[in-house]
Amino acid sequence: MATDGKYESHEYDVIVIGAGGAGLRAAIEASAQGAKTALICKSLLGKAHTVMAEGGIAAAMGNIYPEDNWKVHFRDTMRGGKLLNNWRMAQIHAQEAPARVLELEEWGALFDRTKDGRILQRDFGGHRYARLAHVGDRTGLEMIRTLQQHAVHKGIDVFMECTIARLLKDGDKVCGAFGYWRESGRFIAFRSKAVVLATGGVGKAWKITSNSWEYTGDGIAMAMDAGADLIDMEMVQFHPTGMVWPPSVRGILVTEGVRGDGGTLKNSENKRFMFNYIPEFFRAETAETEKEADAWYEDKKNRRTPDLLPRDEVARAINAEVKAGRGTAHGGVFLDIASRRSADYIQKRLPSMYHQFKELAGVDITKEAMEVGPTCHYIMGGVRVDGDTTATTVPGLFAAGEVAAGLHGANRLGGNSLSDLLVFGRRAGHHAAEYAKKLTGRAAVGEDQIAAVSQELLAPFHGEGGENPYSIHMELQDCMQSLVGIIRTESELKKALGEIDRFKERTKRIAVEGNRQYNPGWHLALDLRTMLAISEACTRSALERKESRGGHTRDDYPKTDPNLGKVNVVIRKRNGELTLTQEARPEMPDDLKQLLEEQK
Amino acid sequence: MAAEEFVMQVWRGDAAGGAFKEYRVPAGEGMVVLDVIHAIQARHASDLAVRWNCKAGKCGSCSAEINGKPRLMCMTRMNSLDTSEPITVAPMKTFPLIRDLVTDVSFNFEMAKRVPAFKPRPKEADGTYRMQQEDIDRVQEFHKCIECFLCQNVCHVIRDHDENKRYFAGPRLFVRYAALEMHPLDTNDRRELLKERMGLGFCNITKCCTEVCPEHIHITDNAIIPLKERVVDEFYDPLARLVRKITGKKS
Repeated sequence: MATDGKYESHEYDVIVIGAGGAGLRAAIEASAQGAKTALICKSLLGKAHTVMAEGGIAAAMGNIYPEDNWKVHFRDTMRGGKLLNNWRMAQIHAQEAPARVLELEEWGALFDRTKDGRILQRDFGGHRYARLAHVGDRTGLEMIRTLQQHAVHKGIDVFMECTIARLLKDGDKVCGAFGYWRESGRFIAFRSKAVVLATGGVGKAWKITSNSWEYTGDGIAMAMDAGADLIDMEMVQFHPTGMVWPPSVRGILVTEGVRGDGGTLKNSENKRFMFNYIPEFFRAETAETEKEADAWYEDKKNRRTPDLLPRDEVARAINAEVKAGRGTAHGGVFLDIASRRSADYIQKRLPSMYHQFKELAGVDITKEAMEVGPTCHYIMGGVRVDGDTTATTVPGLFAAGEVAAGLHGANRLGGNSLSDLLVFGRRAGHHAAEYAKKLTGRAAVGEDQIAAVSQELLAPFHGEGGENPYSIHMELQDCMQSLVGIIRTESELKKALGEIDRFKERTKRIAVEGNRQYNPGWHLALDLRTMLAISEACTRSALERKESRGGHTRDDYPKTDPNLGKVNVVIRKRNGELTLTQEARPEMPDDLKQLLEEQK
Repeated sequence: MAAEEFVMQVWRGDAAGGAFKEYRVPAGEGMVVLDVIHAIQARHASDLAVRWNCKAGKCGSCSAEINGKPRLMCMTRMNSLDTSEPITVAPMKTFPLIRDLVTDVSFNFEMAKRVPAFKPRPKEADGTYRMQQEDIDRVQEFHKCIECFLCQNVCHVIRDHDENKRYFAGPRLFVRYAALEMHPLDTNDRRELLKERMGLGFCNITKCCTEVCPEHIHITDNAIIPLKERVVDEFYDPLARLVRKITGKKS
């Protein structure tokens, strides 16, 4: 019953927590290295966030523009990230992405084709050349299904609908994980030589978000509890185009591919306002007139349309237009492809957008403009990793995908996430298996650790005070949305910290109804703890970075500070308290520096 | 006039039994059935069990029977239903119940394990593959499947005869087999397996699966019937078999 702390036990060389693109790719690689591998996921296999990715996988294959190569991709990624990126990760990512895409094809993926039968590549924000391998606007589905089927055929053990709540440690090393089956509520322990975190992001702490219920920051919070460093937690991406109407669909993603394929943003005065928001940093490469911008769609030798500036720039511009009273009736702006492309083209290139607007908003995007506005989409910050191995600062713990930080710096370019998952998922699986091979002996898992976690997990059944987890969650989302959103300021960030503290107190008084069998109220009560942990980390980092850069915009410090570009904000949890420090980033080697200069 | 509140009868219970329970929540513009379920969780029943993820028809998690019809809860707008009567929401019938709206869909994952893997032909000299768009169009249709399992749920071969699950892969898996069999790079042959152990012959093409597919995949016409034809060609057409033996070509 509710006080039952009994648990089942499993033993592996490598466990991978999370079964989106990064987790699946990591598990496939660890298993291929001969490690006994388990893949653990909160949902059914194939339902992870990757399935929702739309636009494509960025990889400089040069199928459309032979001028494209890893150096240009590296440069685009660094500039998109406002140079806060871990340059080593940006380099590896750009170099290895093409091979990872071709590997998917070898495993059965079918990307859209060029006329000569190669993989077609599409334009996206911040990428100099058409670079995204894609399948219409459902690339994530193709990717996750391919990886899922490949993993299944390799015989990897999968634990579905199993939530990991805590990493277990033997001294300073990670040696396993503990959690519960969602279906039965029963506990489960994994003893493992290495652990790969591939748990994704944090968006469910914000009200308007493109993220699903799973995005509660579990991996980041568990890593922090296990003693790992976090960096760049203030860097949250608001995707410029989420749905805004009707209210029930607010935040659902509208792919950047709409703009890549010819769609433009307009305000209520029918003006293409993005021309008024071209920052100095991107002025030399951005078109200044509508005519010039439209010419770019035909020939990439022209300067690119400002509609496809990096996401942070576009999100801020939309925010400013709405604030200035030039928004739509529902507080968004218009995204128009209907007047610019044929109905056939739109339905072929953007079938799921067509379907989504038709079904959920009653809007025919081949005839009318869409209403869009910013939506919390992605966190660039997260667990600090080594660029080559994905090792965290805790021995035995690796991290890949959104949970890890560094590759994207202060702002991620569209399409760089799916390639990130493949490149660093593979590396995480490889290095976790290598690490596990070198370990001898069996890790000691203290029963006291397990007893303590069990007790915490069951606490909501004994709570007194009648707090409802759904109410606290909604209030947290309001707080993060209004006080730690696109535009931030010191007084509001401090206010948010006060509210987060009060939410923490209230979560202690949560009382859930029902029993342990498939009980969403109980699950949310537990997820609230991780959401509160990452909300605090994000807010405190945002206070610490007194400048505006990428996904972090401070109303009280509107300029970019070159000195702060040289540091990461690092968070550590020690004795239950968060400590924040600014630490110097490693110096970029001259040959890479030169790439940034040359390619301007 | 739009309704001010929605009345919904939701199935509550587990394998041991249960019943429909009525809930009322305030109506909001544009709400879908899943929004109402979430409102019920937040206001009346925090332990109401339901699966969902993307809330945009892309992940296929929130399948249920709404007023008796198998559909995705996230893509069913309340204003498409007659809300003057209570709306009923029940779990998928074909799969064993876990709790409330959540069923045990492991049958589908077990059947997926039994599909012989993709086995590509060798690459071109430059280390890549060349394929024409028109050669992959039909397979890309199959790859749209979001694994909501509504087609499995509605298929009468297993809906009314649980014992058939041992011999019958079901429409979702036939789509998967078709995707592999028609993949321009694949070299595996799954026809004997389909005929002998996956129960392709049980399907009598009533098209119930096609009707419920939220991705509008032509399951019967484009996947199942062509698979049936391939099996017939392989096992019942001696001339075609001989030609293939000589030329070494798959149909």
